[in-house]
Amino acid sequence: MRKILVGVKRVIDYNVRIRVKPDGTGVVTDGVKMSINPFDEIALEEALRMRERGEAAEIIAVCIGPDDAQQQLRTALAMGADRAILVKHDGPVDPLVAARTLHAIAQKESPALVIVGKQAIDDDAAQTGPMLAALWDRPQATFASKVEFKGETLVVTREVDAGLETDEVDLPAVITADLRLNEPRYVKLPDIMKAKKKPLDVTDLASLGVDAGSPAQVVRWEPPAQRQKGVMVKDAAELVDMLKKKGLI
Amino acid sequence: MYPYRAPLREIRFTLHEILHAAHHYADIGREDLNAEFIDSVLEEAARFAEGVVAPTNEAGDRIGVRFEDGQVITPPGFKDAYERFVEAGWAALCGPEEFGGQGLPESFGGPVGELFVSANMSWKMYSGLTDSAVLCLERHAPEHLKQLYLPKMVAGTWTGTMCLTESQSGTDLGLLRTRAEPDGEGTYRINGTKIFITSGEHDLTGNIVHLVLARLPDAPAGTRGISLFLVPKYLPDAAGEPGEPNGVSCGRVEEKMGIHGSATCVINFQNARGWLIGEENAGLKCMFVMMNHARLWVGLQGLAQAERSLQASLAYARERRQGRAARGGEAGTPADLIILHSDVRRMLLTQKALVEGSRILTYFAGLQMDKAAYHPDPEERRKAGDLLAILTPIVKSFVTDAGVEVTSTGIQVHGGHGYIRETGVEQFLRDTRIACIYEGTNGVQALDLLGRKVLGSGGQLARLLGGLIGAFCQNHAGYEELSDYVPRLAGLLKAWSEVTERVAQRAARDPEEVGAAAVDYLQLTGYLCLAWCWAKVAAVSIAALKREPADRGFYEAKLATARFYFTRLLPRADAHLDALDAGAEPVMALAAEHFG
Ligand SMILES: Cc1cc2nc3c(=O)[nH]c(=O)nc-3n(C[C@H](O)[C@H](O)[C@H](O)COP(=O)(O)OP(=O)(O)OC[C@H]3O[C@@H](n4cnc5c(N)ncnc54)[C@H](O)[C@@H]3O)c2cc1C
Repeated sequence: MRKILVGVKRVIDYNVRIRVKPDGTGVVTDGVKMSINPFDEIALEEALRMRERGEAAEIIAVCIGPDDAQQQLRTALAMGADRAILVKHDGPVDPLVAARTLHAIAQKESPALVIVGKQAIDDDAAQTGPMLAALWDRPQATFASKVEFKGETLVVTREVDAGLETDEVDLPAVITADLRLNEPRYVKLPDIMKAKKKPLDVTDLASLGVDAGSPAQVVRWEPPAQRQKGVMVKDAAELVDMLKKKGLI
Repeated sequence: MYPYRAPLREIRFTLHEILHAAHHYADIGREDLNAEFIDSVLEEAARFAEGVVAPTNEAGDRIGVRFEDGQVITPPGFKDAYERFVEAGWAALCGPEEFGGQGLPESFGGPVGELFVSANMSWKMYSGLTDSAVLCLERHAPEHLKQLYLPKMVAGTWTGTMCLTESQSGTDLGLLRTRAEPDGEGTYRINGTKIFITSGEHDLTGNIVHLVLARLPDAPAGTRGISLFLVPKYLPDAAGEPGEPNGVSCGRVEEKMGIHGSATCVINFQNARGWLIGEENAGLKCMFVMMNHARLWVGLQGLAQAERSLQASLAYARERRQGRAARGGEAGTPADLIILHSDVRRMLLTQKALVEGSRILTYFAGLQMDKAAYHPDPEERRKAGDLLAILTPIVKSFVTDAGVEVTSTGIQVHGGHGYIRETGVEQFLRDTRIACIYEGTNGVQALDLLGRKVLGSGGQLARLLGGLIGAFCQNHAGYEELSDYVPRLAGLLKAWSEVTERVAQRAARDPEEVGAAAVDYLQLTGYLCLAWCWAKVAAVSIAALKREPADRGFYEAKLATARFYFTRLLPRADAHLDALDAGAEPVMALAAEHFG
């Protein structure tokens, strides 16, 4: 039966107002509420529904993050993942490093499907899924809003700029979950209790033989510029004038 | 309306950094309830409270319960949220495992309960009383009744009530008249009318289990002649499912100042079949388990509504601009944010100090429930039970009075907009106001504290509480950084012990002394307890700041609030000391007929 691997990233909760550290080396995370990336939660929910329909047998949640990310993995286990793997890594997670890590685990576990969120709400990179597909040399369908098994292929409806696009991909494949794919469930209390006893393996990049280097370098963090006060314009002509003056058109 | 945000950082600080909850659970043999597990439970409860429960709060208030043809219709959304609550297992949080509960210690009900009660106090009352009823039945019901009722009540598929009050019998339960007569089948027939029964009738579940106080024929007069009966709305059939109706009907539903979503019912018992719980004429004793539990819950209601009001106040004070700050304002703006005005700061800090301090005290009392029940050392169990006994009336009254002050102050922060329904903050005051009244009025709680607990134990319970605070002072004496807190706390403790002594001496001579002193004594004790909590916070925060945490701001805010509490709120304790020393005479000097 099929195994599904789900990427679960630990990010600052969407409700938290982000503050950049004064020295520009990152954002403040101490004492800040951390959660599972909302798109990854959708990815996990989809995997759970597949298992509930009998289309998958085992769901493995994987997180690349600090020790504290066990908390998010426990949540994933409480939602219903069968087991979890924490790949220890401190500091920001580069999409390429994440993709390599998921690739290494995919080679070990041979899942039929890897589902990740379409992007993480901290860096908004939207690259992990596609990079993983490239490294693994398997088909991908990103921004999925509907997925259905058809024998040994998967029919995926994708949200693209022009509307909806339907793709059919061979398994194993990589899917990235979009907002409308589903609405994740609320965790049940008995499942939180059960999650205490589910297996959670801890490993690290070196043990998996993953290269932690990345061609991308973060130089500095800055908060976005304060929004300037708006100006009311009389009519379209004045608007065009203003835009011209500002050199915007 | 501001959306509710569960104050998880605050709750975690209270549980982990102040109360060391994981240690506490290890002490009672629950090593599995570590910090990570506690946080998982809180996070999921928070999601549920914010996402499912909080959206029902406004309709609950505006539409309220309806009463049609003897049926109660709960507000839109209540039933769906309740069913999901049961489905997700939250109703069974602290229920015994033997009956399908999750078996978490009672103290979990504090923080988790706070989240649900903040989200919608009225809605939470349907399950809140059930928890108390479960505790009572678990302790006192015969086995066959436990097997029949507890699995359903623990799961939340049936709810419970407590039926004490009658029109002529409120505080004074000795006056109650509802009758119970043996029917020759080992059960009893109950006849009488109860009023103000919370969740007495509703449409959330298939059955309702009433715990009713009534008198047997020839029972002694007064409180010694009261027995406790279990009276279901529908008699369970052979399969244990709701069967024949049982002569229980709802005569009316009250219109109220607040908690519009909670059904407050007149319940008529007409030849209803009841089962005796506990011994004959020992009903009040059995009910006390339930009442003590429910009293802590009521304290929690004060805290939970105060938290909502604080959240709304902070948000509003950071967006409303009026006038110029005394030290000059923000350039390029027509007026400054009201949070820059000193008087608004005073209000916000008052709210913060009372809410955050009350949270510590309330959760601390909750931990004593666990210790009293499960600590391996019998001496520790006894001590925790005693501590709980003295803390219960303090939490019930002090925290609900604080709830009223905080929610009223919240309206003030909003100015006229606070008095207008749209901002939603007046609801918090209307909802929380009842908490000072039911489960024993705050005045009667004060009598319980001073008369029964402090004087009734010959001062032993007061010494226990005082000893705890004294030990804290000793352990933290001589630290320069705590010099604004510890000496003041130690001084107040001494003054409190001495005034207790003086009140006791006067009480021995004057029967009116206790009644005249009680509320001031309770308030004084409450301020003392909160000073202890805030001194702890100061000690913990100073230590945390030395570790150079990235969220310095959090601990600095704690220290600033501790300073505010000690310098700007604690002087209230001195006023209560003065009032106590004035004795009963000025209170009783004016004859009843001369009040005008
Ligand atoms: C919304 C709501 C829900 C309720 N839910 C329930 C419920 O589920 N079950 C239930 O049984 N009851 C319930 N009650 C009843 C509630 O517990 C009583 O109203 C309360 O105990 C006070 O009784 P009373 O109203 O008769 O006031 P009274 O007892 O008449 O008190 C009036 C005043 O006199 C004071 N007083 C009375 N006796 C003394 C004394 N000996 N010494 C000093 N002062 C005294 C009181 O403190 C109070 O200030 C509910 C009430 C309300 C309003």
